[in-house]
Amino acid sequence: MFEFIIWISLALIAASSLLLMIRLIKGPSVPDRAISLDAIGINLVGITAIMSIVLDTSAFLDIILLIGILAFIGTVSIAKFLEKGEIIENDRNNQ
Amino acid sequence: MKKTGLKTNDLILQTITKIVLFIVIIFSFHLFFAGHNAPGGGFIGGLITSGAIVLLLIAFDVKTVKAILPINYVKVAAFGLLIAILSGIGSFLFGVPFLSHTHGHVHIPVLGDTHLATAVIFDLGVYFVVVGVTMTIIQTIGETE
Repeated sequence: MFEFIIWISLALIAASSLLLMIRLIKGPSVPDRAISLDAIGINLVGITAIMSIVLDTSAFLDIILLIGILAFIGTVSIAKFLEKGEIIENDRNNQ
Repeated sequence: MKKTGLKTNDLILQTITKIVLFIVIIFSFHLFFAGHNAPGGGFIGGLITSGAIVLLLIAFDVKTVKAILPINYVKVAAFGLLIAILSGIGSFLFGVPFLSHTHGHVHIPVLGDTHLATAVIFDLGVYFVVVGVTMTIIQTIGETE
């Protein structure tokens, strides 16, 4: 029963990643694409956690943290580019 | 500031960055020392450290980061390459081929029986090379005039 639930949730997360992929390619505006990329990163965290339950190992737990950090930095830089037009400023106080 | 002339306020991003930065750097040290037996090592540790510095560059600006980290990253890369080559040459002192490494179990008072490997010196060189090269690339192509 427990294994059945795990495979069902894995299939649902994979289906949601595919739907997000459609939004990533079609997306009418750039913020839609940014949000779908962030959600795909969170889905990757979920898939990695479920696979570490299936394979009964703790080796993937570092990778969950790694994907979380990289998705955070990527989303923050996309958001700053959309808001300000540049990612790394030279001097933000007097420009 | 292309949209409005108002002074924008990044209070949430800057406050989160001040806390998350140390978590990311400690995680990179953890990955650096976890290598050789588990996922990790010098390369991914260096990439995560440069990711932390990039987060600092995004939340603040180039001038502030240069004031708190006055580092010439080209010299960091050269220093790491020097460490890596010296750890390879050190095997000549024992009459074994280039880049031979050894390991052993040492009893340390607080930590107990510890597994120490000389490959961590080579990994330290890789760490500095990755940090130096990545930050040089990002500072060169990322800054605006």
